[in-house]
Amino acid sequence: MSDDVIYEIENLRLSFPDMAHKPLFGAAPRIEILKGIDMRIARGDVVGIVGGSGSGKSTLGRAMIRLLEPDSGSIRFNGQDITHLEETALRPMRRRFQMIFQDPMSSLNPRQTVGSIIAGPLKLQGFDRVSARVDQALDHVGLPRRFRSRYPHELSGGQRQRVGIARAIATEPDFILADEIVSGLDVSSQAQVLNLLEQLVRELGLTLAFISHDLSVIRRLCQRTMVLYRGEVVEYRDTRALFEAPEAEYTRELLDAIPLPDLEQVWA
Amino acid sequence: MADARGLVKRRAGARLWLSAGWLVLLVLVALFAPLLAPQDPLMQDLFAARLPPFWASGADPNFPLGTDSLGRDVLSRIMYGARVALSVALIAGILTCVIGSVLGLIAGYFRGWPDVVISRLVDIWMAFPPVLFSILLIAVMGTGLGSIIIAVVVIDWTRFARVIRAEAMSQGAMDYVASAQVSGRKRFSIMLTEILPNVMPTIVVLLTLEMGIAVIVEAILSFVNLSISTDDPTWGSMIAEGRLSIHQAWWVLVFPLIALFLTVLSLSQLGEGLKDRFDPVLR
Repeated sequence: MSDDVIYEIENLRLSFPDMAHKPLFGAAPRIEILKGIDMRIARGDVVGIVGGSGSGKSTLGRAMIRLLEPDSGSIRFNGQDITHLEETALRPMRRRFQMIFQDPMSSLNPRQTVGSIIAGPLKLQGFDRVSARVDQALDHVGLPRRFRSRYPHELSGGQRQRVGIARAIATEPDFILADEIVSGLDVSSQAQVLNLLEQLVRELGLTLAFISHDLSVIRRLCQRTMVLYRGEVVEYRDTRALFEAPEAEYTRELLDAIPLPDLEQVWA
Repeated sequence: MADARGLVKRRAGARLWLSAGWLVLLVLVALFAPLLAPQDPLMQDLFAARLPPFWASGADPNFPLGTDSLGRDVLSRIMYGARVALSVALIAGILTCVIGSVLGLIAGYFRGWPDVVISRLVDIWMAFPPVLFSILLIAVMGTGLGSIIIAVVVIDWTRFARVIRAEAMSQGAMDYVASAQVSGRKRFSIMLTEILPNVMPTIVVLLTLEMGIAVIVEAILSFVNLSISTDDPTWGSMIAEGRLSIHQAWWVLVFPLIALFLTVLSLSQLGEGLKDRFDPVLR
């Protein structure tokens, strides 16, 4: 782990309007989702972000790649403050941070072929040799090149998620956010996608933030782990240390909740 | 997998071809009405009034579908009536579709104040009773083809706006839209390249439906004598006139009614058929 910091997040706060309690006139009250998050991600790190539902892990991720604008605090990416950057100013930087989404059925446009889905970011960011790069991305994720002309609904769940990964790595980003990317897959596809991700991290030297509620996945993949609880950081440490000796009560509860194989004598 | 898909495709194919066949026939008839029509649709002959269609006794082979109570040829009048019906269907349908869909897309995708403005407008618009509203419009603008088209557009754009808005909203919440944003696509461009293709099947179905509705609206307005000048034959005015002599000459009412029915049915089936045939997700 080098000291080269790719993400520096300080006291990040973000809230949503609570439309359910909006008075007839005037602004809706706001619900604070992130309550002052501090984190640093070093280049080449694979960071796991865990927490129960509603802990704010997806919101944090979407704020990091500026799909959401924070209320206050700061996000520095490669040393540049992107906290309140306008969309137009962000656009040229977009190739530097990409995202892989949870549900590949929803994140791949059903009316575009795999080829044009992967080519999309490349064209928008003004890359040359788009076609060759699409082939390269498909090779990286282990999909045959003839899949370029397929539509997403013709692929299996695992293959779709590979297309999502191919799209994310095609622009050679410095950072990729993976938001619950294996939770919609069956166990064998999960294993394959995780293997692929591990391999890509090694080969391409990716920096990855991996959001999940599945601690066993995090333990396998990530060097550092952040535990979120109700919009606050509970722990942010080396994964091995965190799993062996959890400091916070909430982390302990999470670890205890991992289902262990509980075989009956008959099977053993 | 292959066999089930083939089955669906065959069914869609038959539906598409039958409806398209009727509509093509109708377009040809409308275009070449002066050449094809056996009689002048306006020529009256009181001595040949209420002649029955060709298979009944006492029929005249010059009037295959009989004559009305003024002795005008029913078939020729249906052929010329197709011109009005099709112009209204095409022009009014497309105009309504474009205006309503654009507003619906903007409201559904951009949300915020454009949505507030457009949605309120739709709500207010829909509070007017449509038939009364159209009669009022025609009364103000005067009769004529243009007025009918404007009446259809003014009344029915809300149908598109509402449906397309809801559709654009649900598509806008999909991750592929977020992904396009992460890739650096501009918002307006996302609306056109990501959302629109996914809303297109709905637009096509609505458009063909709207064309059918436009034909019916024209017929309704003819029925209350507010369509084109009374000289030009339209299906609606034929139905209205046929109603008066239904006990003596049912064919004056029934044949234009069949033409109207087949056209509206074909238009709606055409939309469904096109969707089944050309939607890559269903194919």
